Amino acid sequence: MNDELDRRLIIATQAGLPLVPRPYDALAEGLGVSAEEVMARLGAMLERGIIRRIGAVPNHYAIGWTANGMTVWDVADDCVDQLGARVGDLACVTHCYRRPRALPQWPYNLFAMVHGASRDEVREQAEQIRRLLGAACRASDVLFSTRILKKTGLRIGG
Amino acid sequence: MSELDAVDRRLIDTLQGGFPLCPEPYAGVAATLGIGESDLLARLQRLLDDRVLTRFGPMYQIERLGGAFVLAALAVPEERYEEVTAAVNALPEVAHNYRREHALNMWFVLATETPAGIAAAVDRIEAATGLKVYAFPKEKEFFVEMKLAARA
Repeated sequence: MNDELDRRLIIATQAGLPLVPRPYDALAEGLGVSAEEVMARLGAMLERGIIRRIGAVPNHYAIGWTANGMTVWDVADDCVDQLGARVGDLACVTHCYRRPRALPQWPYNLFAMVHGASRDEVREQAEQIRRLLGAACRASDVLFSTRILKKTGLRIGG
Repeated sequence: MSELDAVDRRLIDTLQGGFPLCPEPYAGVAATLGIGESDLLARLQRLLDDRVLTRFGPMYQIERLGGAFVLAALAVPEERYEEVTAAVNALPEVAHNYRREHALNMWFVLATETPAGIAAAVDRIEAATGLKVYAFPKEKEFFVEMKLAARA
């Protein structure tokens, strides 16, 4: 990483912000800089996209999104990028990526995560994606998650 | 886990992004929610303790700093599932891990400060478990916006 203070700030905040009335002052004290510097650094990292957002990460099971499906699709290479962008635009899709296949076990190259209150709702969302992909889609699957085994997020060394 | 009340649900929805960068950010958010600052802090602590929230703070995209996130999977024999879960989760590079219904039944995300760190983590997992790691690095990102309203 190019900047040592940014790195120390990431390490200090990757597990979360302090739950005190003046959290940036608390961070500043630990880092030996001013709270203004902490806020400026965080703001700059937000602007550069190093921080995607500052906020709460809900356990989606706990807030009612009990069905979570990783939908995976084998889409013709010449149209996967164009179709992937349209799948990503669907309201039910929270993450959408093109990834390499692992043949022969894994023919899928487009991954779209969808969430619902029931498996039926997720299957219906998968059906929407299937209609959008049309003939370009050769095979697909929906992998339901049955358990969160770990969800800590990024942890880099100190 | 305690029941969520209407304020908890609004708090979760409101706080999914855009937390202010000002000296007393919780006071401002609390005012928006029509509650006191100490109430907001207590609710956040409870939601974190109850695992309704898994984290509260900045979400980093380590790729922008030269690091890497890679989705990976294992086909874990059912009788070894707990043992392999413990071995995989023990690595700090494993940011999250889900059990899924498929022959590839364990799906986790590796997050490392350098691209080389991914290969090292894959090697460690293969050595610790004797299982082949299927790595699915993203080649293109179409959309990422994890903002689900509380509906519980």
